Amino acid sequence: MIRKLTLSALTALALSASGAQAAEGESYVKDYAFSFEGPFGAYDQMQLQRGLQVYTEVCSACHGLQYVPIRTLADEGGPGLPEDQVRAYAEFWEVWDDELRDYRTAAPADNFPASSMQTAPDLSLMAKARAGFHGPYGLGINQFFKGMGGAEYIASLLAGYTGEEKEEAGSILYENTAFPGGWISMAPPLHGGDVEYADGSSTEVEAVAQDVAAFLMWTAEPQMMARKHAGFVGVLFLGLLTVLLYLTNKKIWAPVKGRGKAHAAE
Amino acid sequence: MSGIPHDHYEPKSNSAKWIESRLPVLGLLYDTLMIPTPKNLNWMWIWGIVLTFCLALQIVTGIVLVMHYTPNVDLAFASIEHIMRNVNGGHMIRYLHMNGASLFFIAVYAHIFRGLYYGSYKAPREITWIIGMLIYLLMMATAFMGYVLPWGQMSFWGATVITGLFGAIPFVGETIQTWLLGGPAVGNYTLTRFFSLHYLLPFVIAGLVIVHIWAFHTTGNNNPTGVDVRRGSKAEAEKDALPFWPYFVIKDLFALALILAVFFAVVGFMPNYLGHPDNYMEADPLVTPAHIVPEWYFLPFYAILRAFTSEVWVVIIANWITGGIVTAKFFGVLAMFGAILVLALAPWLDTSTVRSGRYRPMFKWWFWLLVVDFFVLMWLGAMPAEEPYATFSLIATAYWFGYFLVILPLLGVIEKPLPQPATIEDDFNAHYGQSDAGSAQTTPAE
Ligand code: HEC
Repeated sequence: MIRKLTLSALTALALSASGAQAAEGESYVKDYAFSFEGPFGAYDQMQLQRGLQVYTEVCSACHGLQYVPIRTLADEGGPGLPEDQVRAYAEFWEVWDDELRDYRTAAPADNFPASSMQTAPDLSLMAKARAGFHGPYGLGINQFFKGMGGAEYIASLLAGYTGEEKEEAGSILYENTAFPGGWISMAPPLHGGDVEYADGSSTEVEAVAQDVAAFLMWTAEPQMMARKHAGFVGVLFLGLLTVLLYLTNKKIWAPVKGRGKAHAAE
Repeated sequence: MSGIPHDHYEPKSNSAKWIESRLPVLGLLYDTLMIPTPKNLNWMWIWGIVLTFCLALQIVTGIVLVMHYTPNVDLAFASIEHIMRNVNGGHMIRYLHMNGASLFFIAVYAHIFRGLYYGSYKAPREITWIIGMLIYLLMMATAFMGYVLPWGQMSFWGATVITGLFGAIPFVGETIQTWLLGGPAVGNYTLTRFFSLHYLLPFVIAGLVIVHIWAFHTTGNNNPTGVDVRRGSKAEAEKDALPFWPYFVIKDLFALALILAVFFAVVGFMPNYLGHPDNYMEADPLVTPAHIVPEWYFLPFYAILRAFTSEVWVVIIANWITGGIVTAKFFGVLAMFGAILVLALAPWLDTSTVRSGRYRPMFKWWFWLLVVDFFVLMWLGAMPAEEPYATFSLIATAYWFGYFLVILPLLGVIEKPLPQPATIEDDFNAHYGQSDAGSAQTTPAE
C-alpha cells in the first residue's frame, strides 16, 4: 500500500521488468493486490477463513498441510476461528497415530494430514517456496516493494489454465501460463462456483484463487503479524537509540573538534 | 605489550589492589578500553564493532535454536517448522539468525575493503590481516554448514555441489570428499557432523577475534592517512590519539544502532529476501533444483569457480602440461581458493611504501575498479552458466587476479604518491579546525 504512494516510480520500473519476463514466454505471474503486502499489511481474517474453506473442500483431496497445527486456526492474526469451531473442524480429519499404529480422529493439537496423493506436494510452505517475482536481471530488487510473490504465483497458477491438454508418458498435462515450463500435471482444480461462501463473496475462479492463495500465505508464514509488529517496535526503539547516541557522540566530540571551549578550559 | 604510550591502570581501592595483584584483569580491561586510537578515524572504522556484535548475535540466537532443532535427516526440516510455529518467539530468533549471517558478511566485506583501501594490511599489521583472513575463512565454513542444517533443497544440493568440488582434487579428492561427508554422499552422517562443527567454529572464531584485537592493539589502529601515531612521549601521542572510551565506543555504538535499525526492518518486513525459496522445500535427493545457487556472500567466488570451463585456453594448457591431472573442475577449485589466497597475500604483493589510498593517485582508480569487479562477480555468480555470463566471468576473474598479482606490485614502482600529512593531528585539524586545546603546539602542514 505504502509502496504505491511513495515509491511508484521504482514500482513501475519493477513492474515493467516483470512484464518483460512474461514476454519471454517463461511464466506469467499477475501482481494481485493482497491485504498482507507491505510493512503495514495484515491478513484479512475473512479471506483466510474463505481460503480455509477452499482448501478443505477442494485442495485437500490431493494436497496436505503437514507442518500446520490445526489449533493455530484459532490464532490471533490468522483465521481466528473460535476454539469450539476449531475442535469441531479438527474432527473432520483422520490422522495417523504412531502409538495406536492406526488412524484416528484428529484433535486441535494435531497437524493437518500430509498429502494424500503422492505427486501432489505439501502446501504448508508453498507460498514461501515459490518466487513469483525475480526482478530485473534476476536481482530481485523489486521484492522490496512487491514481496517475493509466492501468493501471487499460487493465485496466478490456479487462474492460469488455458484449457489445453496433452498426453505425455502416460499422464495428462494441462497448459498453464504461470507454471514454469507451461505444462502442469495438476488438473484445473477450480472451475468457478466450486464453493459456497457464507459471506456471499464472489466464487469466480480468480476470486477463489486469491482466497486460497492468501490462506496458503498464512500457512507458510503464520507469525507474519507478530513479526511485523516486532519489526516496528525494533525499528522504533533502535531509531530512538540512534538519535540519542548521535547527540551523545556529537557532544563528546565537540570540544575535540574545536567547536567548543570546554576542553580548552582545563 | 609495547604500543602507543598511555596511562596505565593504578588500582586505588583495597579490593581492586587485592584482585589486581592476583589476576591483572582490571588492568587488562582498562588498557583495552582506554587504548589510544587515532582521532581521525572515519566511518569505515565502525565495522569491527558491527562484526563483534554479529558474532555475539549469532552465538546467542544459535544456542537458543539448538535447544529446539533436531539434527536428523527425517526430523530437521520439521524441527525448523516447529521453531517457526510453536516455539515462543522462535520465528524471530530464526530470522535474526538467518539474516544475522548476511549482516555478518556485509560487515566483513566492508571491513576487508576498508583494509584494502587504507593499506591496513601493510607492515606492521600483517599478522592482524592474516588472522582476519582466517576468521573470514572460518566464517565461510560456518555459514556454509549452517545453511545445510534446515535440510531444505538448497541445503542438500548446495552441500552436494560444494563438497563435490573437493572430489575434483586429483588422487586424494574422493577420500577428502568422503571424509568431509562422513559417507559416500550427503546424508545423515553429513548433517550430524556439520551440526557439530557449526556449533564449534563460532567459538574458534571468537578466540581468533581476541588474537586479532590483541594484534592491532599492539601495532595500534591504522587510520585514513596511514600515518603513524607519534610515540615519542605520552604528550605527543595524545595529540594524535584519543582513548577508545568514550570517543570511539559512543561513535561505534551510534553506527551500530543505525545499522541495526535497518537490519531490524529487513528481519521484520522482508526476512526471506536474501534467502532462496527452494529451501522451503524439504531436501529430496531425487529431485535436482533447476538452478543451484549458493548464498549471496559466496557468489563472487562461485563465479570465479565456474569461470574456468574446459574451453578456456589456460585450462587447456594446464590440462595438457599436467597430462590431464588438472581438469577444468580442479582448475576452478584452485582459482576459487587462489582468489582468497591472493587477498591474504596482499601485504607482500603491495610494494608501495605509502599506506593510505588517499595519497595514491593511480591506486585509487584500480581499487574502485576492484570493488566494482567484486559486485560484478557477485551478480555473475547468480546467473546461469551460459553466454554471455561465462565470458564476463572470465574477464572479471582475470581482473581480480590481475589486481593482486600485477597491479599492486607494479603500482608501488611506477606511481608517484601525493604528499602525506606530517601527523594525524594535522590531518584532523585540516578537517575540523583546530581545537583551542591543541592550537599552541600545531605545526603547519606541508
Ligand atoms: C486432483 C488432485 C489435486 C487437487 C484437487 C489440487 N491439486 Fe494442486 N497439485 C496436484 C498435483 C499432482 C501437483 C503437482 C503438479 C506438477 O508438479 O506438475 C500439484 C501442484 C500444486 C502446486 C505447486 C505447483 C508448482 O509450482 O510446483 C500448487 C501451488 C498447488 N498444486 C495448489 C493447489 C491448490 C491451491 C489447490 C486447491 C484449490 C489444489 N492444488 C488442488 C494435484 C492437485
